[in-house]
Amino acid sequence: MIRLIILLASVLLSLAGRSQGPTEMKKINGGTFVPLYGSDSSGVFVDDYMLDIYPVTNQQFLDFLKTHPKWKRSKVKRLFADGNYLIKWENDSTLGDKVNPNSAATSISWYAAKDYCACQGKRLASMDEWEYAAMASETKANAQTDSIFNLMIIESYELPKTYKKEIGSTYKNYWGIYDLHGLVWEWTSDFNSVLISGESRQDVDTERSLFCGSAAINASNLMDYAAFMRYAFRGSLKANYAIQTLGFRCAKSN
Amino acid sequence: MIQRKLLSQSLKIATLIGLFSFVACSHEENAQKNTVDASTIPVTGEIEAELTSPPFVPASVGNRSAKKLIVNMEILEEEGEMTDGVKYIYWTFGGSVPGSFIRTRVGDEVEFTLKNHPENKLPHNIDLHAVTGPGGGAASSFVAPGHEVTFSFKTLNPGLYVYHCATAPVGMHIANGMYGLILVEPEGGLPKVDKEYYIMQGDFYTKGANGQPGLQPFDMQKAVDEDADYVVFNGKVGALTGDNALTAKVGETVRLFVGNGGPNLVSSFHVIGEIFDRVNVEGGSTINKNVQTTLIPSGGAAIVEFKVDVPGTFIIVDHSIFRAFNKGALGMIKVEGEDNKRLYSGKQTEGIYNPEGGSIQSMPGNNEVTAPKANSVAERIELGKQIYSQTCFACHQGEGQGIASAFPPLANSDYLNADVDRAINIVLHGKTGEITVNGDKYNSVMTAQTLSDEEVANVLTFVYNSWGNNKTEVTPTMVLKAKSSH
Repeated sequence: MIRLIILLASVLLSLAGRSQGPTEMKKINGGTFVPLYGSDSSGVFVDDYMLDIYPVTNQQFLDFLKTHPKWKRSKVKRLFADGNYLIKWENDSTLGDKVNPNSAATSISWYAAKDYCACQGKRLASMDEWEYAAMASETKANAQTDSIFNLMIIESYELPKTYKKEIGSTYKNYWGIYDLHGLVWEWTSDFNSVLISGESRQDVDTERSLFCGSAAINASNLMDYAAFMRYAFRGSLKANYAIQTLGFRCAKSN
Repeated sequence: MIQRKLLSQSLKIATLIGLFSFVACSHEENAQKNTVDASTIPVTGEIEAELTSPPFVPASVGNRSAKKLIVNMEILEEEGEMTDGVKYIYWTFGGSVPGSFIRTRVGDEVEFTLKNHPENKLPHNIDLHAVTGPGGGAASSFVAPGHEVTFSFKTLNPGLYVYHCATAPVGMHIANGMYGLILVEPEGGLPKVDKEYYIMQGDFYTKGANGQPGLQPFDMQKAVDEDADYVVFNGKVGALTGDNALTAKVGETVRLFVGNGGPNLVSSFHVIGEIFDRVNVEGGSTINKNVQTTLIPSGGAAIVEFKVDVPGTFIIVDHSIFRAFNKGALGMIKVEGEDNKRLYSGKQTEGIYNPEGGSIQSMPGNNEVTAPKANSVAERIELGKQIYSQTCFACHQGEGQGIASAFPPLANSDYLNADVDRAINIVLHGKTGEITVNGDKYNSVMTAQTLSDEEVANVLTFVYNSWGNNKTEVTPTMVLKAKSSH
């Protein structure tokens, strides 16, 4: 037990230390997979790429603002970030009591997230890249058919206030990436490229590809329910939205 | 051949003519009834809608003119209690399941603002069945967490309508409690009644079985299989029982706005001991009278009215009856006032019924069958268990856990363990009135049981030796004593 505590403490300490610098990356070996909007015959190819092992933390984003003041809450243009941008922060240079430095940075717009990654020579992952990495469970690169993994995802979507958890507190997947499910939603570079209109039943008419997605829903494919929630969430976004439960991490071409 | 063709053609024509004349008739009828085109009703002024949580409804529109009606509704994802010890994450319109009741009149221009709380994880929207327009407003109201959207619609058709969330996956959003009712009253409002209440049935699917404690996540597989763990009124077991029971006084007319959110099950809505004087079938304009049980489809509603003539507790159920007694679809209306013996006498006489006359008959040639007698405590428990499952199980349940707010628990029961003679007397003579068991109040009726002294002894010994009770052995002699002391 004591050993466990020491281990935990050292992990936390190392996290606190790491949060000052850029996040470590791990390589994702590319391949093909069938996303929600695809059909069995039309897989998507994802090239090899690098992905941050953690979401960007509040502390890291605070450090970023020191060198990029145009993204401070008081300076940011409304066109690039709405009124909820960094809303829980005490002020431009202090996180305050309500914000844990080691939790994922949230209430950040797509523009700000994109710029943060660009300033590190990185970029946001594309939606296909993100989905590809996120379908990996702890042991399998593709856990789309693993019912226990999928139930875990759906349950985590229902659980409130998970954005308050610290990074690294959920699970480490096959590629060595943490927290892809269970902490926060994450921005992707092309989040609005699949249109879910919000009238989900109408989508079966307007989007042929989504019709296939919804047709695939049956008792044996619970993965789609979790994916539907993600795509629906992305469909509700605009690039200047800052949302309490939406963070980001960076990627890089190999 | 040709003749036959001709014949069939002329028949067709005749049918067509018949159809036309029928259509023409029904048009005229409609025109007579519906002289005002609701879309042309002018609006004067602006008011903010009063929204209420169940079981309450806002005040009637009365004689007010059509107005611009401002509705502000907030979506909250929050933890609540399904039943004692069982938690569930509800997604709600306005913080309650079902969501806030919206009351409008025909011709109102509703300006609807839907706010998605920043702490919420998911985008939502609202499909109001009262809206004439694509998706019932769903397409226009899709909103991300921390944002709000506004859209407007004119209420064209009077009736009681369901609203619900229609964001993918729709079934899950509804299964987590995202539904409510919107009432569109005709000009001048509905006829005045004494009491109005808001009830909505819903089915819930949890990972653990019914009653398993702790925070229970939604179970998609059970939802797909339509295998509900809970079927409840107003979002939880006991939302309308005990202290939460609806109330009325003798002589009052009660109107219930009843909806069914589903997502899967159809409700056979019934109030035990009442007959609905009037039912707006499916929430529409058709009135049915003198109805015992009305069917409410998932995503549908009904308005039921009845006058309460005698005092007592009237039980509201889904008459798909296992849902009521085993899954929670149980509510109560407590009616206070003077007895009316002319309408309902209560028990007047009680006697022995012997179909073959006054004396005990025996079939010739049959040996007398003697009931088994227990020779040890173990045997007594074994025999008692059989009696329990035949006689007591339906109300007190398989593990003696009872049903919250309706039937008290026998498991670990302070009331039971405190007084064995009292327990014997209750089995012999029944029990009515309020009692407190393990800190919870119960007020229902247990009937007197027709068991022999031996059987009473056995079943009570079984109960006392099960589920953490104090292991008392009850003997037939004790039962006889209890009988004699009266």
